[in-house]
Amino acid sequence: MTAAVLSAPAPQAAAGEPLALETRDLTKEFRIGRKWYSSGQPLRAVDGVSLSLRKGEVLAIVGESGCGKTTLSRLMLGLQQPSAGEIFVGGEPLTNVDRKVFSRRVQPVFQDPYSSLNPRKTIGEIIRDPLQIHRIGTSAEQNAEVEAIMERVGLARRLIHSYPSQLSGGQRQRVAIARALVIKPEIIICDEPTSALDVSVQAQILNLLQSLREQMNLTYLFISHDLSVVEYMSDYVAVMYLGRIVEAGPAAEVLRAPRHPYTRALLSSILTADPGLGLPEVNLGRGFPDPLNPPNGCRFHPRCVDALDKCATVMPRRIVSGSELIECHLHDTAATD
Amino acid sequence: MEHRKYDPADAPVLTVEGMNVDIAVPAGALHAVTDVSFSVRQRETLCLVGESGCGKTITSLALMRLLPRTAKLTARKINFEGHDLGRISERQMARLRGNRIGMIFQDPMTSLNPVYTIGDQLEEVYLRHRGGSRSAARKRAEYLLEKVGIINPGQRLGQFPHQLSGGLRQRMMIAMMLMCEPKIIIADEPTTALDVTVQVQILQLLRSLQDEFNMGMILITHNLGVVARMADQVAVMYAGRVVEQGSAEDVFRNPVHPYTRGLLDCMPKRGQVAANGRLGSIPGIVPSLVGQQRGCSFRNRCVLQRQACSEGQIDLRPASSGHLYRCILEPAATVLPTTLPVGSAA
Ligand SMILES: Nc1ncnc2c1ncn2[C@@H]1O[C@H](COP(=O)(O)OP(=O)(O)OP(=O)(O)O)[C@@H](O)[C@H]1O
Ligand code: SF4
Ligand SMILES: [Mg+2]
Repeated sequence: MTAAVLSAPAPQAAAGEPLALETRDLTKEFRIGRKWYSSGQPLRAVDGVSLSLRKGEVLAIVGESGCGKTTLSRLMLGLQQPSAGEIFVGGEPLTNVDRKVFSRRVQPVFQDPYSSLNPRKTIGEIIRDPLQIHRIGTSAEQNAEVEAIMERVGLARRLIHSYPSQLSGGQRQRVAIARALVIKPEIIICDEPTSALDVSVQAQILNLLQSLREQMNLTYLFISHDLSVVEYMSDYVAVMYLGRIVEAGPAAEVLRAPRHPYTRALLSSILTADPGLGLPEVNLGRGFPDPLNPPNGCRFHPRCVDALDKCATVMPRRIVSGSELIECHLHDTAATD
Repeated sequence: MEHRKYDPADAPVLTVEGMNVDIAVPAGALHAVTDVSFSVRQRETLCLVGESGCGKTITSLALMRLLPRTAKLTARKINFEGHDLGRISERQMARLRGNRIGMIFQDPMTSLNPVYTIGDQLEEVYLRHRGGSRSAARKRAEYLLEKVGIINPGQRLGQFPHQLSGGLRQRMMIAMMLMCEPKIIIADEPTTALDVTVQVQILQLLRSLQDEFNMGMILITHNLGVVARMADQVAVMYAGRVVEQGSAEDVFRNPVHPYTRGLLDCMPKRGQVAANGRLGSIPGIVPSLVGQQRGCSFRNRCVLQRQACSEGQIDLRPASSGHLYRCILEPAATVLPTTLPVGSAA
């Protein structure tokens, strides 16, 4: 196991400005089937993740269902405690940051705009909530803020007295974004923000997120399983497999010249709207990743078409150079076995 | 066109003409499907594509006669192997469903019974439609599990659905559908809940089985990538109507309807970003389908709409031979302005 290393993107000497968000060897282990007579079976959902993110950047986490993306986002939101490792916000350890101060700086937007909004509150009340929790402004100032942010995210003012059930999926996701932004956070953690939406509505929301980022200098951690969405949204990409980041780097590099066999399989699975191309060949074994029984060696080796003998027994090292990271024996040129 | 395996000279296995489904709701009649026509040959794939609520599922439920009680199906004809599916009795329909007409859904768990083993459920389908012995049924089940790429079929047959991954469950459903010998498969979002890599594997499987067993397929999806790679014929649906219909080549390479064009612009494209750094988008949301529908149902979201779009009934008409669209404008006039308003309100 290598020591804690910074990975994508590396903190280039950004003239003293602390990183917006950073994790060091972040690990989360759950105990499955815990009983009074047994401590249950360990499930390592997040395993030694080191990532960093500068202000104004977008880092995407991609991977299949169950790879640990959502657990990672919940750790970063402070909704769950890590089993090991640390999170830093603006250079300070999360454990030292007051809960309220933290939530003013980091806000979530979740996947499901249907369940993440309180059905008994009006749109106006939902968006105003964070202002009240943080006691920001007078009642009149709060009203003004709510109206301003609604306009900014493209919600008609007349919707202020509506309830979530009266809104379309896209409108609800706009409400969730408005609620996240009303207290002017620095970082937004988006967990599959458009995967429940139609393509045309997804395009509206992605465009909105891009505009807001430019206007408000926001930093996004953007979690998605859709690589074409990731390509559109992000500056950096980290690919996750069974809890580990197996490849990371600038989006342009990772998506144009993927190195890890898993990244390559993911990319070749993208179905572009090209008739006549037929289905792609996806070079991937059919095994299905089971986080309860992670394989020895490289966690990906049972599905890897390029696996070497040692992949089944030896865990590949994490190799970091500049803002790129790779964890694969094929790319470990300095291997000394 | 490596995947075009059907023979254009074959007679269709399924022909639908002028199908409508109205659903009674408190506010009146909801026109869930209006004037839908298509046909499917053996080894041919027709994709129904469109956004949420456009009537894809209701269309498939209508073909299987599984509509809710509040729904009313009418059609000039729905011909499947000489049966008019709109008119035959429920008993006759029950003999076709799951037997000559195979079905696969997005979530296999809804159609699998959690308390029976996989083997029991596969055999049940066979015994119900085919009769014969349990051992013959088991043999066919094992044969098919192997066909759908399940390793160690004997062992899997004794397992329960929840013990399988999503991809395996969908393979199971496909095996179950093949227990009898369907002539047509109706697959409603069969890969939507799966990971992208597994999606490709399941689509590959469907394609090869379709060729091997000479089946027609109606593939329902909202995913334009899936459509482009799987479809021979495409019907783009919007608000219960087909707005554009033709070969995958025509619809994707020369889309004519402003909705189809807009939808394609909304897709993030690999390796290219629009000049303004934004995706195309279609402003607004789908209209209510309740009550009388006049004019073009897309007009409240169409950047090209004009007075004539709200009048009368707009029929499908040819854009090129065999490629149809439903818009008052001539094909050349439906080009969208390249930059749509960004972040416009939903
Ligand atoms: N049982 C029902 N009662 C009333 N309206 C219904 C019922 N089922 C469907 N509808 C309506 O019929 C229309 C078509 O629905 P349908 O389920 O066919 O859409 P779909 O294209 O399959 O959408 P999705 O992509 O979300 O699956 C919608 O307006 C829907 O709200
Ligand atoms: S008929 Fe009119 S509103 Fe409908 S798509 Fe054509 S131009 Fe647009
Ligand atoms: Mg549906």
